[in-house]
Amino acid sequence: MGYTKEQLLAHLQELRIDFIKYDHPVVLTVEAQAKYVGNVGSALSKNLFLKDKKHRYYIISALPETKVDLKVLSQRLGLGKGGLRMAPEEALGEILQVPLGCVTPFSLVNESARNVSLLLDQGFKSQESCIFHPLANDTSISLQAIDLDAYLISIGREPIYVDLEATPKVGKDQPPDLAAFAPSESIALPDYAEKIPPSESLPKSHVPTNSKPKEVKVAKPAKATTAKVAKVEKEKEKSLVGSVPLAPFSDVDQFAEEILNKTSALLLSEITEDSIKQHGEELGSMVSNTIRKRLSNELKNLAVMFKNTSYTEGFSAGIHYRRKQV
Amino acid sequence: MVCLGRICPDMLINGPIDANPYSIRLNSDGRTDAVAAISAQPPESFSASLLRSLLLRSLLQSDTFDESCESGEMENENETNTEPVEAEVNPWEVSGKIDYDKLIDKFGCQRLDQSLIDRVHRLTSRPPHVFLRRGVFFAHRDLNEILDAYERGDKFYLYTGRGPSSEALHLGHLVPFMFTKYLQDAFKVPLVIQLTDDEKCMWKNLSVEESQRLARENAKDIIACGFDITRTFIFSDFDYVGGAFYKNMVKVSKCVTYNKVVGIFGFTGEDHIGKVSFPPVQAVPSFPSSFPHLFSGKENLRCLIPCAIDQDPYFRMTRDVAPRIGYHKPALIESSFFPALQGDTGKMSASDPNSAIYVTDTPKEIKDKINKYAFTGGQDTKEKQRLYGANLEVDIPVKYLSFFLDDDDELEYIKQEYGSGRMLTFDVKKRLIDLLTELVERHKRARATVTEEMVDAFMAARPLPSMFS
Repeated sequence: MGYTKEQLLAHLQELRIDFIKYDHPVVLTVEAQAKYVGNVGSALSKNLFLKDKKHRYYIISALPETKVDLKVLSQRLGLGKGGLRMAPEEALGEILQVPLGCVTPFSLVNESARNVSLLLDQGFKSQESCIFHPLANDTSISLQAIDLDAYLISIGREPIYVDLEATPKVGKDQPPDLAAFAPSESIALPDYAEKIPPSESLPKSHVPTNSKPKEVKVAKPAKATTAKVAKVEKEKEKSLVGSVPLAPFSDVDQFAEEILNKTSALLLSEITEDSIKQHGEELGSMVSNTIRKRLSNELKNLAVMFKNTSYTEGFSAGIHYRRKQV
Repeated sequence: MVCLGRICPDMLINGPIDANPYSIRLNSDGRTDAVAAISAQPPESFSASLLRSLLLRSLLQSDTFDESCESGEMENENETNTEPVEAEVNPWEVSGKIDYDKLIDKFGCQRLDQSLIDRVHRLTSRPPHVFLRRGVFFAHRDLNEILDAYERGDKFYLYTGRGPSSEALHLGHLVPFMFTKYLQDAFKVPLVIQLTDDEKCMWKNLSVEESQRLARENAKDIIACGFDITRTFIFSDFDYVGGAFYKNMVKVSKCVTYNKVVGIFGFTGEDHIGKVSFPPVQAVPSFPSSFPHLFSGKENLRCLIPCAIDQDPYFRMTRDVAPRIGYHKPALIESSFFPALQGDTGKMSASDPNSAIYVTDTPKEIKDKINKYAFTGGQDTKEKQRLYGANLEVDIPVKYLSFFLDDDDELEYIKQEYGSGRMLTFDVKKRLIDLLTELVERHKRARATVTEEMVDAFMAARPLPSMFS
């Protein structure tokens, strides 16, 4: 069902990620955890599992001393004031598939956590190493932040580091700075009366799953009264697509599909009874010229975005690359 | 982007020419004396206020000069009157038409004529950009030299920039970037983009963090214009100033006296020293040695700066300093101003969302803005329209179409039909709405693909091995 600790640790080893494992009695809080692994020279982490009013979930993973103000975060995420709460216990089990006291970035490996946004404290980056639960409360592992990034990327997630203590002004000219990191889809838990069916998701491959191209239709919630509000919000969500690359620009198949779709749409619209009559044999070269003229810029733009996305992924990988220690 | 500050009234109106060789005077014979700006003005401000940089009387009369700078890089892409005698060059009010020919004469730059456009066409083997064909970019300095060198096989690099004072970007801001992208693609040359976050921090009293944040946000919109990451280096002053860049800043600084900079920018004893020492920051990106990670070994590389014509005085100063420190003068290619929605009587302003189309506008907002606020030259009634036709001189929808409608034939057709009255304002507006909606949606989509990692990659001081291929 949910990923197990053993599976996770094996996965980390496959990825050649160095970590140190500490076993200890079950702990439910950072204080308790600190008793066992507080002195190993690694930074502990406090992990909050949060939910907003639109049934979207977030993991905030931070250094214990970092102040996390839910009101400020809520505004920065574009949820207004008081939009963020601690998620209920059931959500922990249903979505993250971890026990109480065990919220951890690693839980994103589970399919059910596909739409959970993860925000990491940028303070982690300046630590030698950091400690997280590997899907179980009786173990802690310490690893470097870049290795955590490598793991997240390997499960198709984007590591996002944020200054959690920053309090930028949010107003008319200053849109919420973290709005892009709010999930694009909400998660319906089984006991919720109003089901909000998730929108059509993208093909898996290596595309991070919380990206969402604009063509995907917005699903309407069941309740009529909230329909309008939800629709408007979904529209907003559409334009706030996350910081992960959109599929057509990182996935080769989708890229090719997009080009073919545009071309064939134009082709079909140009070949009509009238145009056949008008141009007869010349229709082929006529349509070909039209396609060239109309689509040339658009396809070039698509291509440059694809190129930039690929370069960026290579660049990121390059700066995280560590030569094998001999 | 630095606004040209108050020009010392005495020196300009009464003082002899020699007293301040760098101030601009519009004499009745139309000659200007020397140059205005120390620093190369990045194009962000190119789309910015028209002649606040320059001229003259109204600047002198207006005490609120600094305010206009403070209110941001808005932008007064408006037509103003440049008659020297009345010199109603008022950055906050738009009235009258600009006589671009006179401007060119006054500044001493050159007209970008058809033969140059044809030459660009030949050298790049692709149709010249719509802004060239329609005369949006219409003046230049030393473009011929750049093209001569290019023909010989000596490439050049592009330099442009933006002062990130707000997140709200409108179409006028995009114009210089759209053109720069075309230049990059057509000539296959590298580009450096300067984000003057330090300037905005100083002039608009933003915190350092906020100006850096805005710089990054603006970088995303700039990247969304479609620049090629293998040929483009974006940098923020806070991140990049230092090393070779700073060495050039000092060299430039040594060539400009305090008096000169006061004369050009109107600094007073009350202005803080940050402002006074800022101008070289904008000058030195014109020199390739400022970017050793890109251009080391290429000290002879020339620089071409696309900008709006009000920036010309700034670059004249840079061109003045360049030979004294052993560098090529940067070349310029200059544009006219992007009109506000309300036409000559309006100005684009950050506080008035209806004065411009923003890149975040929804299709409905674009439609409403064009329909409700665009100033038209159409007649009041359908009947009159059919009889007399539209006044194309003042019609904003047609002006906007001439910026963004690529198809020359279609534009010509619209002008004919509308000008003669066979076409109604409604139809022209509709065409514009469709066009702009497509543009804005494309931009939004591209913007959504820009990740923080992509911004980091564009802004990393990294080599660009294929920047000329």
